[in-house]
Formats: sequence, C-alpha cells, structure tokens
Amino acid sequence: MNQHSRAVISGVLLLAFHAVVVLAGFFAPYNYATQDRLHPHAPPMSAHFFDCSGKFHFWPFVYGLKDKEGSFGQYERDCDSRYPVRFFARGDRYAIAGAFSLDVHLFTVDEPGRIFLLGTDGFGRDQFSRTLYGGQVSLFAGLLAAGICVAVGMLAGTLAGFYGGWLDATLMRLAELCIAIPALYLLLAVRSYLPLQVEPAAAFALVVLVIGSVTWGRPARLVRGVVLSARERNFVLAARGFGASSAYLIRRHLLPETLSVSLTQLAVLVPQFIMFEITLSFLGLGVGEPFPSWGNLLSQAQQYHNLVSYWWLLLPGLAPIPVLMAYYALSTALQRRLDLKGEEIIG
Amino acid sequence: MIRFISRRLAQTVLLLFGISVVLFLLAEAVPGDYFSEAQLNPNISADTLQALRSHYGLDRPLVVRYGYWLASVARGDMGYSLAYNQPVSQLLFPRLGNTLLLAVPALLTCWVLALVLGVLLAGYGGKWSERVFSLGSSALLATPDVLLALLALLIAARTRLFPAGGMHSLATADSGRLSSARDLAWHLFLPGCVFILSSLAPIVRHVHAEMKEVLQTPHVRAAEGHGISRLRVLFRYALPAAANPLVSLFGVSVGLMFSVVLVVEIVLGWPGLGPMLLEAILARDMFVTIGGVLLSALMLVLGNVVADFLLYAIDPRIRVQA
Repeated sequence: MNQHSRAVISGVLLLAFHAVVVLAGFFAPYNYATQDRLHPHAPPMSAHFFDCSGKFHFWPFVYGLKDKEGSFGQYERDCDSRYPVRFFARGDRYAIAGAFSLDVHLFTVDEPGRIFLLGTDGFGRDQFSRTLYGGQVSLFAGLLAAGICVAVGMLAGTLAGFYGGWLDATLMRLAELCIAIPALYLLLAVRSYLPLQVEPAAAFALVVLVIGSVTWGRPARLVRGVVLSARERNFVLAARGFGASSAYLIRRHLLPETLSVSLTQLAVLVPQFIMFEITLSFLGLGVGEPFPSWGNLLSQAQQYHNLVSYWWLLLPGLAPIPVLMAYYALSTALQRRLDLKGEEIIG
Repeated sequence: MIRFISRRLAQTVLLLFGISVVLFLLAEAVPGDYFSEAQLNPNISADTLQALRSHYGLDRPLVVRYGYWLASVARGDMGYSLAYNQPVSQLLFPRLGNTLLLAVPALLTCWVLALVLGVLLAGYGGKWSERVFSLGSSALLATPDVLLALLALLIAARTRLFPAGGMHSLATADSGRLSSARDLAWHLFLPGCVFILSSLAPIVRHVHAEMKEVLQTPHVRAAEGHGISRLRVLFRYALPAAANPLVSLFGVSVGLMFSVVLVVEIVLGWPGLGPMLLEAILARDMFVTIGGVLLSALMLVLGNVVADFLLYAIDPRIRVQA
C-alpha cells in the first residue's frame, strides 16, 4: 500500500469516527446522563441468538438483569425475561449539533429491558453511550486546540520571519519558553491559575484555550524557518520590487508557502492534544461531570475498589486507540510526502 | 569547552528566570489565591483572612513579592508552601529524587530496548515483521498512558504479585539495607514497566527509521560487500552513523519522560513530583506549582545538555567544529 492510499484511508476513517461522535445521539441507545438506578455497575452484555435452553431465535435479543442470590450489587442474567433488540426505534430525545431534536436510535430495547454493551458505571449510566458522547469532547478539543496552536504558530512564525529584528527576537524567546517546559507541566501550571469548578461548556473552552496557548512554540519555529527561506526567493523579491505591500506579500506569497508545514503540524498535534485532554480530564482538571469525556470516563476506575471489582470501567479507555492510530497514520504519510517534496526541490 | 558550558549555564538561568516571571504574571492576572477557598467558610471572618494574607505577604505588590521569592530562591528555599508550612525545596527535592529514581533507570532501559529492537528490526526485518511492528508500535503509541497505568494497577490487584502502588512496604521498613532495596525494586517494577511501554513506541520508531536510512548509504553497503557479518555491520558501522539525530532525540525524550512519569506516579501512587504538583494545583499552593514547573524545565535543560555532551563525545564532526 503506498503512502497516498494510506493517507486517504486514514482520512476517510477519521471522517467516519468524527461523524459517529457527532451523531452520538443516534448511535447511542441512551443519553449520556440517563440513569438506570436499579443497575449500577452492571457488567457488559451482548445480544444473543440462542436462549438459555439452547433454542435459536431469528431476531437478536438481550436478557434482563436480576440480582445474584446472596450477593449485593452483583447481577446475573434473567433467563425468563428476553427483550428483542429494536433497530431505528424511539428512545431518549437528543439533539444533533445542537439543532435538530430527534428521538430515533440505531438500536435499543423495549422498557424495562436495557442494553448495556460496555456495562454501566456507578450511577447506572450506559458506558457505551457515554463513550460515544465523550468522543465529542475529546476529539473536538484536540482538533480545536491544534487549530488554535497552529494558527497562532503560523501568525507568530510569519511575523517573526518576515519582519525580523526585535519582533523576531521577542516572539522566538517566548516560543523557546513554551518549548523549554515539559508540555504537560506547563499545561497544569496554566490550568492551576484558572477556576476549578466550571460548567462543562466553559471547561471545554478552557481546556482548548489552555492547550492551544501553551504549545504554539514549535509550529511557530517551523513556520519561521520556512518564511525565512521563502522571503528571499526570487518571486517574492520580484513582487516586492513591483511595490507589493508587506500585507500583500504575507497573504499572497508567504502564508501559502507555510501551508504544507502547518497542515502536517496539525496532523501531528491533534493526537497529542487528544491525549492531553484525556490526561487533564482524568486528573479532574478538564471537562467534568455530568458530561463525559474520554478522560473523565476513566477517572472512576482510579478508585481501587472500583477498578478491582468492575473491570469494564476501563473499556472506554480503548476508544481513543483506533482514532489516534488513524491520526498517526495520516501524519506519518503527510510527513513523508513533505520530505519527498523537499528532495524534489533540491534535485 | 568552558565557553560552551558557561554560555549554556547563562542561557539556562535566563530561561528559568523568564519562566518564573511569566508564571508570576499569570498568577497575578487571575483572581483568587490560596485563601479564596476559606472565604466560603462562615466560621472564618474577613478580618482573619486579611490578617492571614498580610502575614504571608500576599497583600504586597507583585514586584515586592517577586523580589522576596527571588531572595528565597537564592537562599535555596524556592518560596514557601502555604499548605504544608514548609519551604518549597524541602518538599520538592525528596519528591524529585523519587521521580528520578523511577524515571532514570526506566528511561535508560527503554533506550537500550529501543536501540536493540530498532536496529535488529531494520537489519533483519522482512515484510511481515515490519508490518507487525508498524501496527503494534502505532497501537502502543495510541494507547493513553492513563489506560496503561490503570491496567498495571488492575494486574497488581488481581495477581497480587506486585504491590498496588506506593514505594515501600511497612514490613521491610527497618529490616536492613538489602531487603529494603529489594522491596524498592519490587515496588519499582510495575511503574517502570508502564513507563517503558508508554515511551518505547516513539523512540523505537525513530531508531528504526534512522537505521533504515543509514542502511542505504554507500559506506554501510561497502562494509557489507567486504563480507563483514551482518550483526557487526549493524552495530559497529550503521548505528554510529545514525546516532546523531538519535542523541538529539534523547534530549527531547527527557521532556517526554516527565509527562509520562506524571501520569504513572499519580495513578500508581509513586510519591514523586507528579502527585505533589497535582495536589498543589488543586489547593492553589502557588509556590509549589512554580517550583515543580521550574524543576521540570531544569530537568529538560539538563537532558539536552547531556545530549550535547554525548554528541560531542561520539560525533567527531562536531568536535572538529568546536
């Protein structure tokens, strides 16, 4: 498989992941806050075709849950109650992109039956649904933060490279400051000055802004390097000779030159920033309850008792893996492409 | 050489100075301080709070406070922790020691593993092993550190082979040096493994990529043409040629290490810098936060200095330039 098709495949996969997450309301059987108060810490269940007596059913079904004899908080399947899986059935109301209110779900089961593909958490909330909704926070926090970071980096790098002098010196010293501190520590330090208890929406904006604002150093340096070499190229010198203004030169000639570096940086940074969001939310410094994120979903498992007794609390942690792998494949392909281009110019 | 060292030292001091100024300015720009939480307590009067603030000097102007802090850094205290009522350095230095005890051996092991794996794979790998490697390493790269650490905790809890967190067990507290060292190693094992697993993938990928490139160069192919054994070609002729960018990566990996080790320490209860920093952040204990961040920046600079020295030692081209 060549680099080009690899990039295309990972790009398509990423689009699909993002679409699933945006349409979480449809793909998830329940709302992220819907509680089944009778069944906290229910284990994962799957759809069956064969019932307890071994009889085959054409339509998939799930069992009801009943308390295990002589135990507290443990369940076993209730062979007497079967609930067929309904596709495109009605359930909790949800909004797509904050606008369209719908209540059709890809799959669900009739009340009082429940379908918990990844089990439930301590509040009896469906982990599968929460994982899908959590992706909204984690994926878009990464994307937006990387967008801010690269935009600031492009601006700072272009200005520094184009004008030089004290502006260059100041901006680059600032960039070095950002690079000199391990990213997570800088993130935590900046986060430490901001209020801790905030609404999920405000927390999301905070996380995005904090990540974006402390990491722009590296893209800024890369962009500056490109601008430094581009501004001496003949077509730029010619444009300048014809009396083009600085703003025109930057907009028309220099920014387009930095675009390939910036886009590659974007693909490299998004997965890193998704990881940062996961870590921040896991530590309780990011988006908090009741809205899920891939980080705060795992924080329940941090309690020793929960972790030992209910291993399925770790399952949401698997969700980032395919997404991040697709991002890494995309960024590797882009980086190789960029290198090749550089060689072509030299040759 | 001396000029190089002194320039580097001056740069580092300036850098740390810059970082501390920025952190102070940030703290000033945001409302609230360590005593803000106490305002919510009806049993503490506003006068008491005012008295506490003026006792700790929080009501003075920023420049004065920064001056006091600088003086305290010069004394080696690095400020004063309001939560612990102790100089920050007394809190942070033992913690930094614990962090380094975990991170340095783990990072070195990680590099040895990455070098051996990356070189052997580049030298002997076929189509399928390359594919498995590329898939496996990117899966490892994509696994959140948090998940790996939690899995380690789960393993420790289920198998009971390893302690679930901490650094010493009570039983071996004063039972001689050998057994307490063994106890420490036993506690070190799982956090070390998590650390290695989460930092291995990017390093081994770089080693592999650099080696692949070097194996195409004429001097390596000439060495092969002379009938020198494959293993000797790989480690004696190819690896040194690939070493230059890898040594720079080593400096970078020290920074990476600090981010990974923070998560590992917090989840697995290793009493290092990470848990202390998190606690300080939650309590708004400002000087501990600043101290922790400065120490991490210092360690990153040190990592780069070590990388520079290594480069000087192994790459003759740089020695000629210098």
